[in-house]
Amino acid sequence: MLRTWRQRIELTDILVWGIGISIGVVVIVGTIATLKSGKYSTATWLDLGIKGLALGGVYALIAMGYTLVYGILRMINFAHSEVFMSGPFTAVFLANALARSGFLNKQPVVSLILLLALSMGVSMTIALLLERIAYRPLRAAPRLVPLITAIGASFFLQYTFRGLYGSGFQTYPIPTILQGNITFGQIRLFNTQIVAILGALAMMLILYGIVQWTKIGKAMRAVSEDKEVAALMGIDVDRIIAVTFALGGASAGAAGILYALLFPVVNFFMGFIPGIKAFTAAVLGGIGNVAGAFLGAIIIGLIESVGPLLFLDGLGVPTPSQLKDAIAFTILVFILIFRPTGILGERLAQAKA
Amino acid sequence: MSKKAFALLSLLVAASMILAACQPAATPTAEETAPPPPEETEVMTEEPTEPPVEETLMPTEPPPAAFECTDEIGCVDIAPGEPVHIAYLLVVAGPNESLGVDSRNGIEIAIEDVGGEILGHPIQFDGEDGGCGAETGQAAGTKLSADPSIVAVVGTSCSSEARVAVPLMADAGFVVVSPSNTAPDLTAPGSENNYVPAYARTAHNDNLQGRIAAEYAFNELGVTTAATIHDGSLYADQLQQVFAARFQELGGTITAQEAVDPNQTDMSAVLTSIAAGTPELIYFPIFLPAGGFIVRQAKQTPGLEETILMGADGLFSPDVTEAAGDDVEGFKVSSPAIAGDAYAAFLEKYKAKFGTDPISIFHAHAYDAFMIIVNAIESVAVQDEDGTLHIPRQALRDAVTNTTGYQGLIGSLTCNETIEPIKYPGDCSASGIGVYEYHAGEYPPELIWTSGE
Repeated sequence: MLRTWRQRIELTDILVWGIGISIGVVVIVGTIATLKSGKYSTATWLDLGIKGLALGGVYALIAMGYTLVYGILRMINFAHSEVFMSGPFTAVFLANALARSGFLNKQPVVSLILLLALSMGVSMTIALLLERIAYRPLRAAPRLVPLITAIGASFFLQYTFRGLYGSGFQTYPIPTILQGNITFGQIRLFNTQIVAILGALAMMLILYGIVQWTKIGKAMRAVSEDKEVAALMGIDVDRIIAVTFALGGASAGAAGILYALLFPVVNFFMGFIPGIKAFTAAVLGGIGNVAGAFLGAIIIGLIESVGPLLFLDGLGVPTPSQLKDAIAFTILVFILIFRPTGILGERLAQAKA
Repeated sequence: MSKKAFALLSLLVAASMILAACQPAATPTAEETAPPPPEETEVMTEEPTEPPVEETLMPTEPPPAAFECTDEIGCVDIAPGEPVHIAYLLVVAGPNESLGVDSRNGIEIAIEDVGGEILGHPIQFDGEDGGCGAETGQAAGTKLSADPSIVAVVGTSCSSEARVAVPLMADAGFVVVSPSNTAPDLTAPGSENNYVPAYARTAHNDNLQGRIAAEYAFNELGVTTAATIHDGSLYADQLQQVFAARFQELGGTITAQEAVDPNQTDMSAVLTSIAAGTPELIYFPIFLPAGGFIVRQAKQTPGLEETILMGADGLFSPDVTEAAGDDVEGFKVSSPAIAGDAYAAFLEKYKAKFGTDPISIFHAHAYDAFMIIVNAIESVAVQDEDGTLHIPRQALRDAVTNTTGYQGLIGSLTCNETIEPIKYPGDCSASGIGVYEYHAGEYPPELIWTSGE
């Protein structure tokens, strides 16, 4: 029996498990050391945690785009980070105009809705154009080809927007009603964070509702299960795929405005890092799974905010916050080592209940 | 290939990648030096005047000596009517474009002031964007080095660009004068980044700025605890080191020295970590957009609401007031402080030509850098009878770095003297450093203190 067991384990398995276990050990030891040193108060951890939640909510909305497209087309839409960027980068000009005329402060809710509408509209348009021009002609091509096209489209869109709007950055005006915070005891919530968290939750619920409880959602799930049979059942596959891209684009546009509330500076390159983080989140939660994308994004957001201080400060690593991206991706590696399909690793199609 | 062999091969590849990454800093790839121009063999001959036979024979004039290029590097030969090519390598695009565009504006005014020509040849002025980073700086430096018609380069804007671009341009034979590099490494004797005499700068050495900032914080503001944040760039890292060293010398305590990524948006982790040490002042000599985020988010971090925030010349830009909004009130920056009648006249010209106040702080330095180059060219260039201009490259470099007592906008410029620890050969100026304070919605920030140099 020992021999069959030895035959099954390969050198690579041992290596990979070794990496996984060492990551786990570092995390646990670091956490214990940091908490024992008592350098940071509970209020600090809560603050960082809430920041992580807000960030996670934004990543969740972006991750929706990745996960929906993968579920339907089995393809990672790398240009989604530019879909995310296009919304707020366009809406910033409207925001500045509203601020100049004073409308932003007089009617913040209406202004916010206007900005959301513009951002979602632009992102949806870019997503639909992407689908129509870059991906539809390659639907029958081997899997690698649309992937490379996606990367190319990503660069194309980045530099197109650089050419259109300039290489400098633009700042978002924050309405006065959103500047400031509310405190419940130890917990301190910034108004922008409240809007970001609630907005992300609302969008997620709407999207989840669409996918699970509407006819179009049913069609989407059918197409992701089997394209040809769905076509035989009378579903217009092209239209459903377009709807998927549109939904992903809309949620990315909404995410863009929420991200701009948290970090009010936009430029043509802003989509790159959040895009990668959101993709990581989608993979972490199980690519193709809507709830997985949400869960993965929350985890990534929390790890990014709390991780550097919690895991590394106790170990005496200097300037741990420079490593926050590295930490997020290392945790991804860790999860994938022990659960390769992601945490909730299922497909969009497998019905729940 | 068997599985074992494949595994072994991948381990080898991984090991070689790790070894490659752990090498000491790679030496810059040697650019092919432009082959020295062929020896000038044209001999100017004059028809000896034939005196009429009746008069006494006058000795015929010997033909003027032919120009032979004996310069170690080579000469640039500019035919009559051809332009003298001076290039720039500045940050003219991206989040820090105000830094480079401002310098370029200063140079354009200088070109106008010299009448658009040097020794009868028009000036060709163009260049590349350096992007304030090593990768973009290298790309720009490579492009410029490939053009042998360039005589001199005004650049770079950022010290991180200089570290990679100056070796390339030095190999190509150019002389490089920077208006805004301030990292001490670039002129420190014995440093591997020191390319004097191919390189000189009219900006101050950060050994000066860091010390003055620390003295201001300790003596004027009366703070005894401080923290610093840098962004990994050569300039920021060295400046905060100088600040920290001087601050500790004076008797203060440095509670933390942290770093962020230049493109980082979320500063909460680093600010929370700094807040744990409760410093009275945070010195972050970095660039946009990171500096803007820190100013904004520091006010929102528990424990840092009252902390004094101080930056340096990388954060002297109208984009800071935009990026930080109302939180910019009270934000201080250390930067050069220039005064004088010549400077006032220059400001008038700037406003008239570009329609705005200067958008950064190194325009006068750029003006003076260009003028030093022009003076040096005028002193070493050899003009042939037919108007061809020959500029020996090594002689030009020596002329630039031996500039002594040149009266520029920023003061008296001397490029080859040593005043420990703030000035070394290659540093042409030790202009006064001032501290400015931002007020919400206003640009430029208000000058509240000068070092009195």
